[in-house]
Amino acid sequence: MHQRVTNDFTIRVATVNGSGSQSSNLVLTNAIFRLGIPVAPKNVFPSNIEGLPTWFDVRISSKGYQCRTRDVDLLVALNTATWRTDITGVKAGGAVIHEATYPVAGESLRDDVVYYPVPFNELAKTNFSDGTLRKYLLNMIYVGVVAELLGISEADVEAAITGQFKRKAKAAATNVEAARIGFTYAREQLTKRDRFGLERMSGQTEGRSFLDGNRAAALGCIQGGCTVAAWYPITPSSSLCENFIALAEKFRVDPQTGERRVAIVQAEDELAAIGMVLGAGWAGARAMTSTSGPGISLMAEWAGYGYYAEVPAVIFDVQRAGPSTGLPTRTMQGDVSFAYTLSHGDTKHIVLLPATVEEAYEMSMEAFDLADRFQTPIFVLSDLDLGMNSWLTQPLPYPQKPFDRGKVLTEKDLNKLESWGRYRDVDHDGIPYRTLPGTNHDGAGYFTRGTGHDEEARYSEMPDVWQRNLDRLVRKHETARTAVPQPIVDEQGHPAAILAYGTTHHAVIEARDILRNSGIETDYLRVRALPFSPEVAAFIARHERVYVVEQNRDGQLFGLLRIELPDHLVSRIQSVRHYNGVPIDAHSVVDPLLEAEREPAVAAE
Amino acid sequence: MTVNIVGLTREVYKGLPTTLCAGCGHNSITNHLIKALYEYGVAPHLLAKMSGIGCSSKTPAYFVEQAHGFNGVHGRMPSAATGAKLANREMLVLGISGDGDTASIGLGQYAHMVRRNVDCVYVIENNGVYGLTKGQFSATADVGSTLKNGTPNEYATIDVCGLAIELGATFVARSFSGDGKQLVPLLQAAFAHRGTSILDIISPCVTFNDHEGSTKSYAYVKDHDVTLNAPDFIRPREEITVDYEPGTMQDIELEDGSHVLLRKVDRDYDATSRIGALSIIHETRDRGEFVTGLLFVDTGVPDLCEREKLTLTPLKDLKEDELRIARSEWDALFT
Repeated sequence: MHQRVTNDFTIRVATVNGSGSQSSNLVLTNAIFRLGIPVAPKNVFPSNIEGLPTWFDVRISSKGYQCRTRDVDLLVALNTATWRTDITGVKAGGAVIHEATYPVAGESLRDDVVYYPVPFNELAKTNFSDGTLRKYLLNMIYVGVVAELLGISEADVEAAITGQFKRKAKAAATNVEAARIGFTYAREQLTKRDRFGLERMSGQTEGRSFLDGNRAAALGCIQGGCTVAAWYPITPSSSLCENFIALAEKFRVDPQTGERRVAIVQAEDELAAIGMVLGAGWAGARAMTSTSGPGISLMAEWAGYGYYAEVPAVIFDVQRAGPSTGLPTRTMQGDVSFAYTLSHGDTKHIVLLPATVEEAYEMSMEAFDLADRFQTPIFVLSDLDLGMNSWLTQPLPYPQKPFDRGKVLTEKDLNKLESWGRYRDVDHDGIPYRTLPGTNHDGAGYFTRGTGHDEEARYSEMPDVWQRNLDRLVRKHETARTAVPQPIVDEQGHPAAILAYGTTHHAVIEARDILRNSGIETDYLRVRALPFSPEVAAFIARHERVYVVEQNRDGQLFGLLRIELPDHLVSRIQSVRHYNGVPIDAHSVVDPLLEAEREPAVAAE
Repeated sequence: MTVNIVGLTREVYKGLPTTLCAGCGHNSITNHLIKALYEYGVAPHLLAKMSGIGCSSKTPAYFVEQAHGFNGVHGRMPSAATGAKLANREMLVLGISGDGDTASIGLGQYAHMVRRNVDCVYVIENNGVYGLTKGQFSATADVGSTLKNGTPNEYATIDVCGLAIELGATFVARSFSGDGKQLVPLLQAAFAHRGTSILDIISPCVTFNDHEGSTKSYAYVKDHDVTLNAPDFIRPREEITVDYEPGTMQDIELEDGSHVLLRKVDRDYDATSRIGALSIIHETRDRGEFVTGLLFVDTGVPDLCEREKLTLTPLKDLKEDELRIARSEWDALFT
């Protein structure tokens, strides 16, 4: 037997969607988490309700790595349709738990893994009479088998099941029974021949719980004071608004009167959703919409209006794989360059790039302040991996600051002013003052329009007026560079560096450790917003080679950097890309860097 | 100096000079709007003027200059109006649209605004033609109506009133830009109504659609107008002094206690019957006529803000302590 591997391996469960496997997968995840071991679940699911293949990876990492692994150590094969392909994703020395009726002999199968055939169907059939229920319980049997083989106690699995079926005692009992069947079978019929095991540990998971980015962003909307939300259902963003609805139901309804301190509209499409948000933002409410790539495409015209007429809005884009309908249930950092310049004409937006659940929350909250401060649409670019997967997270911090409503003139302010103009650059930061409809003052009103306008918001087609306004908008954009979330830098003076953003961060963390073990040290800068902070160019200037890692085919952020960097720095950046729809793994960073760093390119300066 | 109920002169309700063609029906509508807003006594700071794109959508600049205006993107004003109303339910949201803005590019948003019964006044300045792009058909052009060069429209017309009634609209009227006597009280009743008020106002385009062969020319409209009822608007608690013969008038009380009195013209008509309204629209259209007056009103349907049980405080005014989860409840979310 090989050397024992404890608390550092990945389990992949291959099932068919609509079979209730999600509950079982979460029970397994939670049972491991109960041992104090960091776990990172990744759900790779189909765009379908029932019958297509789905994979659930449980990454177990004593160091706390949360990115996906490309290959896995332990496969639970419960989908006959994908069984032959699934087995190729198991590392040599791995183990495969499979339905006993699948053939093990045959040329495509491997002799470098351990097989555990289990008659799942038979066990389910003999123990559960209800046909529909049987389908679901079969999945819970696998949990028992895995738990027994890895050394998770029945008590921990039972506790995880009880937690999963909180308000359904009867369902919990049946599921406990199903898991027990798995335990018993494994104990009596299987001989442990693999090297994987789990041991209780401490110091990593204390105080943490599972939270997905969409729920965290919804919490940010509540604490950020969002009062109007308009949305059109789309994977993978729907759960953001659904969480917002659930939280609003609990925290924004007066228990006595039933009156609501929030308006949430399911719009007819994304054009209407962003229109409602801009109407509400113009009228002074903090408003948001949540969507994904196809919705962003539809919002393009209104986005330019928001930019040019200067109306606050918060737009969440939980990115999925495109172009077109693409892979609706797979992840990508695909909308970065599109969102940044969304709309026709000269348009440049503020874009926030959360990488963690904590940032999904904090940037969500901050987006409302920035929208008011800069009077413009703020894009928060999350992705499916962050939004829909569960991540081990510390309790989110309670907000410390009051809302920043930006430059809003009240009736009292107007009484003190001789005159004001909606688009005057009084403070030389490009940000004008605004009034809200309803302000009881003769001079408060102004006309908001997407057509050419002067400093007083009057219609104008004059060339100098038009250009002056565009130049002021650039000044505003420049002001934003240092007001948006600044990059996070880990720098020890190494010549090579990695630059990444969003969820790519998690693969970079592990990749840097692997590279260090191979003798390659790297510095690291994580971009957290657009426009780029001046810090980004300064960081690149201090390094000889900077690898820009991202999850899209065309190197979108790399492209933006090439446009914005001074000429002499452009040759220092290189693009590393991952774009197969599943979250990036460490080796997708390590492999190209190893190759490049072993023979460092001669700088073309 | 004469002032209205909120102490303002009529002058305050005016706007910038129009930039539309001389003789444009839209300019007449603007004047009727000024009169209706002045007489109704709308406080300018509580008026939100919303529009999309097109000749019609320019007109919010031409009345109540003091009020906030929002000239949005083509066909999407209903969504912006919805958002504005949700943010501040104290505002009188007045949207001005056209037939292209409403019935072509904006048909989807129009439909959904109506079915949500967003509390707003939605004026369609309907001339059956695209003015700003110089004379193409719009979707409200009648079958057989011709362009200036003689090309007839061969596609079915979209009747924005019939469509609205079908979608559950709670206030639907049709009028003519030249008929201030009918239009001003209709506008005031629309201001008073809580819910979406649709006013489809035939408004001839003197430049591109006022020729022989057009069914939206001044001449055609004058000859084919079938007046259903003549409205009077009576504000809340105001005494109804006009005497009517029994059976010649329908008195409809609106949500705020005001009344709209509908004097019978040629026939008995019940403006609270959805089916009756659809019938008269179809009957008159089949005869090449168009019917004007208050076609339908239903005062018993909650508007969007009521349906959503919104607090009476404008959402825009809510503060941290009313919006954030309390510190005491926060930690429990992460266990």
